[in-house]
Amino acid sequence: MMNFLNNWGLILTIFLPLAGALVMMAIPKQSEGAIKLVALGAPLAAGVMGILLMLNFDYGDSENLQFMVNKNWIELINSNFILGLDGLSLPLLALTLFIVPLVVIYSWQHVPNPGNPKAFFTLMLVLETAMIGSFLAQDLILFFVFFEVTLLPMYFLIGVWGGEQRRYASIKFFLYTLFGSAFMIVAFVALYFLAKAPSGPALEQLRALGGNYADMQAGDQLRSFGMQALTYSGAAGIAKTTAIVIFGGMFLGFGIKVPMFPFHTWLPDAHTQAPTQGSVILAAVLLKLGTYGFIRIAIPILPVAARAWAPIIGILAVIGIIYGALGCLAQTDMKRLIAFSSVSHMGYTMLGISTLTAFGLNAAVFGMVAHGLITGLLFFIAGSVKERYHTLDIKRLGGLLVSAPKMGWILGIATMASLGLPGLAGFWGEFPAILAAYDPAEGLNVALFRTLMVLAAVGTVLAAGYLLWLYQRTAFGTPSEEFANDSNITDMNKFEWIAWSPILAGIVILGFFPGLIFNVAGPAVEVIARSVGG
Amino acid sequence: MWFFTHVWIIPALMALSFLLILFFGKKMPKKGAEIGIVFVGAAFVLALLTAGNWIAWSDDNPEGYGPAAEGAALANVDPSCSSVAAEAAAAGEEAEHKEGKAGAGKAGENHSTKEGAVAATSAPIGESAAPLAKPAGAAEKGGYEEVATRPVVSCVNWFENGDQTISIGTLVDGQSVLLLVVVTLISLLVHVFSTDYVHGDRRYTHYFAFLSLFTASMLFFVLSENTLQMIVGWELVGVCSFALIGHWWEEKPNSDAALKAFLTNRVGDVGLLVGVIVLYFAAGKSFSIMDLNILANEGEISHTLLLIGSLCLITAVMSKSGQFILHTWLPDAMAGPTPVSALIHAATMVVAGVYMVARLYPVFFEGLSISGSSVNALSMIGAITALFGALLAFVQKDIKKVLAYSTVSQLGFMVTALGVGAWTAALFHLFTHAFFKACLFLGAGSLSHACHHSFNMVDDMGGLRKIMPKTFWTYLVATAALAGVFPLSGFWSKDEILAGTGSFPGTEGANGEYHVMLVMLLLAAFCTAAYMTRTIWYAFYGEYRGHGTPHESGPRITTPLIILASLGAVAGIVNLPAAFDFLPEGAQTRFEHYVEPVGLYFPAISHAGFNPLLAVLSVAVGLSGIGLAYLYFFKNAFAGLHGLAERNKAAAFFKNILVNKYYFDWLYTTVIVGFVKGPLARAANWFSANVIDGTVNLVGKTAVGSGNWVYKNVDQKVVDGAVNGTGSSASGFGAMLRLTQTGRIQQYAALFFAAVAILAGVFVVVIG
Repeated sequence: MMNFLNNWGLILTIFLPLAGALVMMAIPKQSEGAIKLVALGAPLAAGVMGILLMLNFDYGDSENLQFMVNKNWIELINSNFILGLDGLSLPLLALTLFIVPLVVIYSWQHVPNPGNPKAFFTLMLVLETAMIGSFLAQDLILFFVFFEVTLLPMYFLIGVWGGEQRRYASIKFFLYTLFGSAFMIVAFVALYFLAKAPSGPALEQLRALGGNYADMQAGDQLRSFGMQALTYSGAAGIAKTTAIVIFGGMFLGFGIKVPMFPFHTWLPDAHTQAPTQGSVILAAVLLKLGTYGFIRIAIPILPVAARAWAPIIGILAVIGIIYGALGCLAQTDMKRLIAFSSVSHMGYTMLGISTLTAFGLNAAVFGMVAHGLITGLLFFIAGSVKERYHTLDIKRLGGLLVSAPKMGWILGIATMASLGLPGLAGFWGEFPAILAAYDPAEGLNVALFRTLMVLAAVGTVLAAGYLLWLYQRTAFGTPSEEFANDSNITDMNKFEWIAWSPILAGIVILGFFPGLIFNVAGPAVEVIARSVGG
Repeated sequence: MWFFTHVWIIPALMALSFLLILFFGKKMPKKGAEIGIVFVGAAFVLALLTAGNWIAWSDDNPEGYGPAAEGAALANVDPSCSSVAAEAAAAGEEAEHKEGKAGAGKAGENHSTKEGAVAATSAPIGESAAPLAKPAGAAEKGGYEEVATRPVVSCVNWFENGDQTISIGTLVDGQSVLLLVVVTLISLLVHVFSTDYVHGDRRYTHYFAFLSLFTASMLFFVLSENTLQMIVGWELVGVCSFALIGHWWEEKPNSDAALKAFLTNRVGDVGLLVGVIVLYFAAGKSFSIMDLNILANEGEISHTLLLIGSLCLITAVMSKSGQFILHTWLPDAMAGPTPVSALIHAATMVVAGVYMVARLYPVFFEGLSISGSSVNALSMIGAITALFGALLAFVQKDIKKVLAYSTVSQLGFMVTALGVGAWTAALFHLFTHAFFKACLFLGAGSLSHACHHSFNMVDDMGGLRKIMPKTFWTYLVATAALAGVFPLSGFWSKDEILAGTGSFPGTEGANGEYHVMLVMLLLAAFCTAAYMTRTIWYAFYGEYRGHGTPHESGPRITTPLIILASLGAVAGIVNLPAAFDFLPEGAQTRFEHYVEPVGLYFPAISHAGFNPLLAVLSVAVGLSGIGLAYLYFFKNAFAGLHGLAERNKAAAFFKNILVNKYYFDWLYTTVIVGFVKGPLARAANWFSANVIDGTVNLVGKTAVGSGNWVYKNVDQKVVDGAVNGTGSSASGFGAMLRLTQTGRIQQYAALFFAAVAILAGVFVVVIG
């Protein structure tokens, strides 16, 4: 079993959805049943692989990559097909494998206009492969390919199945991200040319990787895209200012994806116009590619530059928290409000990252998963509300607890989770991040970070404000005349139950057992924090 | 010991009750109420058993620990949940290893005490014999206070963060056991009361489910072993109160009140979060309450950090315990069902703030330098709240609002007590107040039950004394207790607080001299007596002014009232002053003995002695309040004062201030919230939509423009023309490209890769 998993585990997990997409191509457009079967079967198969991997994962050794695959790929530029799973990737892999099948189930009867389930599900399967690949890739070029491949399916999901302004939103989403990617790939290429082999114990670690590295000497050109090799190198041989510029390239690439203030404006449009399924995947998984990139790539590979950038990231993160919350207060559309809340919530994640401490990074990993579940659920609910009311104008809604009590309840729990109520998942992404800011990594400006801590704590008040006002205006009260006797407004159907209850359970379970993520990601992020001196 | 290590069962029972009611309640014959009552009953019994065990445990003092005995505070603390305990355990092992023969001075002292006790009773040392042995040993040391408390802390690993383990567990000592009993008792009575009171409610089952969850959260909070756990409990209590205050959420005022409660508390929670974080680092990265208290007590934490930490936590107390200036949510919280108000005001939610200060007392005691001072933030806030809250009660028509402001005011008494160092007095007042205030709230519920669900005592009540005798008598007793009439419970606890200020001439043993506080508290006590008399007048005397024919409530309502009124009357005997030496030995200061910790994790506070003159003064103040109000309302005396506000501008001015609640609501809701929700939020949104997006769009347009230019001038004329001269077809294709979105994508993709190639080249050449 272990043998099989070691060789094929990660590859199958990544490519099973893609295989599903290929199978789907062969199915005629009319046989919807078969299409849906494949659409659900492939992610589930990947999920089974994921479960097998997680069951066989050595949790005592979660700081090291496991089930590694290392194959020659593009030999010309020494880029290899390297995959690996460690405590940092595992929660995000689990999140992706968890969310996608639920999205498919939700779509069972909800394939948005203009229909065409075949194309819709094919894109979704391609997207899943790309997302899983991004979290498992251990080579910069491979990561970049997966990272970019996520763009196209999402572009089409928004552009074809989206709302009224889908064209503008999809183009904006695509170009914004591409703009960042351009800088990111430049940064990667620069690393390739500039990084050198380190000296001291790091050299031993590098040599232990074998292959080209086996007999490298300190100061040799690394000429590698391998993340491990580059991490061991730790930007050895790169001048500080150069490293800061390279980090800047990655900052743009990842920061736009997160999105960080002031690069967030693609997000409300993309979310609002995307079909429910697109919003859910976007919020639950795609945004995490940005934060994951910071933790996996930017910080460990460029530790010195990370320390220089940390205050800027921290400041932008807190601006994002406050600014995003204020933006939420101004929204009149439920979905747009939820979208804006992502700006605020991802601010906490970025604040945790900017502290460069183990606690902060760990909080960030938790925050990613928690935000994925909670905001995913909120988007699901917004989609179902829209389907029933044909509007998301907050002013016209109201009395959801009367018209659809169970949905109203679930919205309530999701709201509470989103505002960071302890006992639900959201709290563990938020509070530890604030806590970490009190005592950032050695060498960072303590006074600045403590100010950020207080501002971030104030952000929790605003979060409670916009979320509870949203809940009050949508769920409390009695339905307006317009919708009072609308037979279209029914309580949750079976597909919604199947799709949402696992998320709900996840939110509650993580709320009471935060160790499920903290304990797994902890050792992995601690290594990173140590490498930057946090 | 079993009860102490398994005390988690009590909150777990209530949490289970919540789930059972939620999922199966509607299918039960009594719609889930029976589940709640059975579970809270069981929890109450367990709490009583735990309390009994605690008393035995306190009396049982096998090692004869004196207050200085280091081991006492830590002997039953699981080393995995306290680094201080872990260090002590390690040090102890080491010492054992070295075979400490004579031991240090302290150890020797303990040893001799033990021997003395053994000799005195000539009984073998053992668990069963020790209680017998104790009095002799203790007497030698000159009083019960000399015996160190042995808290029992147990925990399990909650989660790990790098090399750090964060635990979750229970801390059992007199303070937490006290709250266990109070919370479960009040909750049980509220459950019983509610079966009648909210009978036939639209969400009867949900109501009971949330009562269970509320109780569970409060118990979880009370038993917290670390501050992180306290945050969890604190917030869960808050969300339950949100759900219960907004129970009838169809009506907007109710959901407004619920939101206000939650949001105001969130403001205070900023202080809680920051305070806990500051103290976490101050205690050497530990959330453990034992660690924090011991380190603060021993002077291991800098005064500045303790001051900052305590000020932050005071903000949290201000919101949770309804202290000025974050008290505004509390009166509005009356929108919830009345039994919930009783629960919130007597046993859960609002006492959480007081409890937290008491729990982390060394932080406040050292941080605010309570000892030997005459003013500090905590006592000042408490005293202001006590007085100004009481004043607001005078202008309320709604009987529940009178009681709400009364709670605000009484919490002010408790907070002042904590601020002046009268720790036991604060907890004692919390204890007695729980009974009579719950009785008053439930009594108000009983009144409204009879009067068509109105709480307006001025317009819809009156003359109910004869119609509702049980409600009347219990209400009267509770009122007298609240007013501090001798010898009811309120007298004893309030007198202790007044003595604790140390301001009254001749009072001995107080921690400081808080003159301003004494004056303000006496004024507040006077007001309390007067406004409660006003309530009695409006509700029970005069002519009935409401609709229909009122009637006495049924037994499920009156029985809890009778129980609470009786407890409110007699609860004072548990802490009679030590000065009463005419009483048999062991009858005084029982409460202090069992509840107040002695030892490493609690500051060495001193206790103000009983002062007969002060006691007489406080009774006189209460009686004069009652008397003057009696003359004014019942006898129509002071004719000139009646309707003064209509005639006199100055009086009208002050009345206006009171009616508008000092304009705090206006300031918060209209000014602050209005500004944030309105202009500020809109400005932020405008910035996104215009400045940032404007830039983005400009960049996009420029890019498209230059792309077009390149396309027209370079691509079409140079490249295309040169290659195959099919300009016309290509331009047609190009136009199509420009029109379709995909076309643009390709254009951009091409630009993108060109840019990458160029930039990468530049990079390598320039930097490499």
